[in-house]
Amino acid sequence: MEDILKEIIKNYWEEEGNVISLLQETQYAFGYIPLEAVQWFSEKLGIPLSRFYGVATFYSQFHLNPRGKNILTACSGTACHVKGSERLINCAKAELEIIGEDTTPDMEFTLEKVNCLGACSIAPVFIINKKVYGKMTSDKVIKEIRALRNTKDGERQA
Amino acid sequence: MGNGKLEIKVCMGTGGIAAGGYEVCTAFASALGENGIPAELQMGCSLHRVGCRGLCARDVLVDVIIDGQKVTYQYIKPEMVRRIVDEHIAGGNPVADWLVSEDYHDFHKKQIKVVLSDCGNIDPESIDSYLFAGGYKATEKVFSTMSPEEVINEIKRSGLRGRGGAGFPTGVKWEICRKVESDRKYIICNADEGDPGAFMDRSIIEGNPHSVLEGMLIGAYAIGAAGGYVYIRAEYPLAVERLRIAIKDAKDRGFLGQNLFNKGVDFDIKIKLGAGAFVCGEETALIASIEGQRGMPRAKPPFPVYKGLWGKPTVINNVETLANIPHIINRGADWFSSLGTEKSKGTKVFALTGKVRNSGLIEVPMGITLREIIYDIGGGIENNRALKAVQTGGPSGGCIPADMLDIRVDFESLAQVGSIVGSGGMIVLDEDDCMVNVTKYFLQFTQAESCGKCVPCRIGTKRLLEILERITKGLGREGDIELLQTLGNDVKASSLCGLGQTAPNPVLSAVKYFRHEYEAHIHGKCPALVCRELLTYHIGEEFCKGCGACFKVCPAGAITGEKKKPHRITSDKCIKCGSCFDVCKFKAVVKECI
Repeated sequence: MEDILKEIIKNYWEEEGNVISLLQETQYAFGYIPLEAVQWFSEKLGIPLSRFYGVATFYSQFHLNPRGKNILTACSGTACHVKGSERLINCAKAELEIIGEDTTPDMEFTLEKVNCLGACSIAPVFIINKKVYGKMTSDKVIKEIRALRNTKDGERQA
Repeated sequence: MGNGKLEIKVCMGTGGIAAGGYEVCTAFASALGENGIPAELQMGCSLHRVGCRGLCARDVLVDVIIDGQKVTYQYIKPEMVRRIVDEHIAGGNPVADWLVSEDYHDFHKKQIKVVLSDCGNIDPESIDSYLFAGGYKATEKVFSTMSPEEVINEIKRSGLRGRGGAGFPTGVKWEICRKVESDRKYIICNADEGDPGAFMDRSIIEGNPHSVLEGMLIGAYAIGAAGGYVYIRAEYPLAVERLRIAIKDAKDRGFLGQNLFNKGVDFDIKIKLGAGAFVCGEETALIASIEGQRGMPRAKPPFPVYKGLWGKPTVINNVETLANIPHIINRGADWFSSLGTEKSKGTKVFALTGKVRNSGLIEVPMGITLREIIYDIGGGIENNRALKAVQTGGPSGGCIPADMLDIRVDFESLAQVGSIVGSGGMIVLDEDDCMVNVTKYFLQFTQAESCGKCVPCRIGTKRLLEILERITKGLGREGDIELLQTLGNDVKASSLCGLGQTAPNPVLSAVKYFRHEYEAHIHGKCPALVCRELLTYHIGEEFCKGCGACFKVCPAGAITGEKKKPHRITSDKCIKCGSCFDVCKFKAVVKECI
């Protein structure tokens, strides 16, 4: 881990000492922001941990906990909302048996909402592992989740 | 085909890519290759990736231009490409089945494209493509023949007002900043398009990034700024990538860097990625975010033109504002001010979405009526439903009811009826939309995005939301509507920044025009059948064919029944997700008020 952090901190000085960029790169490297990483930065830079925490929790992009292997992103922009994104989200939650925007206990799936992806013409929009699905329906959401689950089971058997 | 010139343009905005733009492009390349026609940009034949041309709902849109004869196809999928190449490009007969329909042309008829004029025509990842279309001519003109004061005067005369929402005259902003003495000044392009339901800025950057850089360059020359930033949402990866390419190319060609045009002017542009905070669209919050802080606004004055980034004078302009600048310089202030109304000049780009048939990106002259936008350009309401309202300005704006459709769309007229032009989101709502639910949606958004610095916004939006939540659950009380109004006006009057000052707008305008819907909810009914807590689902036995589609899709295991026999919903297991309603082909699933 330390090698990666050393790389990131190098850019920090070039980037006018920007905590946000630092955290963005950390998240890019690890998928989330590990506490140890921030502690390391805090020590090296003499910036209190609270400042990192303040910035990391202010912006919705940052995740302080590890996320699932499959990321389901539901757009909940206005156009998607009026075209039923809430129904899709409730449906995905029920299928994954999670309560809020959360990660399943087996770390397989994370469901998250974003404000607007700007692809309103093909609302409602869902992103599953970076692939954008336009005009999404609840049965397609369930189908995709079940398919991902099956590939996982298949891998295990093989 | 003969020896004619062949050009293929595949729409590759975010919408186009989501619909399969990359695959279509690849399919063309390989199909052309098999026919012995080179697919690379060579003499006589070229395959272009272009930005959004507006009607994203019809993607993937493909132009095939042979000897200047343009034919546009809609809804193209990779497997359809073969036939286009065989019959049209090789055979000379366009595939009539897949051509755009007549209404595609109607969609464009009332539009006037200034900012979007090159979007969808040029390759956004090629500076040559932009230069070929007349790019950077305005910059050259400014640097070689105009003084900064002349530039400012020209922009002032054009009447251009900020397109980010507030509508402040751009030339005046530049003039103030020009006059402030400082060793260093900045110009920032605000591309933190946080309004849900708005994608104008994304499309402009994706379709023509150099036009925005050119606007910044001219602005920098006018105010004397040496540093430029583009603050852009991280949620727009494609726009960020194209901007990166554009900045690099502009540097390589000497449009950015030191001693530009041998005039001793230095100017460089950096990209700063936002990290997901709506409030960062506010100028002082945006500045704090670029500095690496929590993006919280501060009290104004001092305004950023006096004391902005790192304490230096800073001009912040929106993407669309900047993209207008080269056109004004090239074609003159008189031309620009001939478009639009007396106080709102030029055109405005809107993201027309929701329940409208042709949803997409449009550019119209200021002063056009809402009716023209929705019916002539938008093609009317989807599925022949009745129009209920149009929401403009997103979470800071308001709704305009169907009977006020002849209102003109400009800064003043919309403000008069309690809405705003805002950044340009325009969401069409039909009779199936619940106004209370839509209002709750916006309040959820602003409440979550409130930075928490000032009390009226932090607590006020929370309380407004709680009232709306209980109304949509059927727990509303008499007096709630009046409470929403009083509290809403208080939050507006006392919040620190634009977020709080406008957050109650959706509530206040909906209460004004759709009070009856609020009253119905307080009495336990959701007339549009949207609010979950006020609904129940059951299956009409006489229509159910027992196909089992609902059974398969129900995530709660609430549906039972034998194959080919009517199914049933167990109401205490039902989570009211609506999946069965969506999936039933026989309209056997019924939802109704409790």
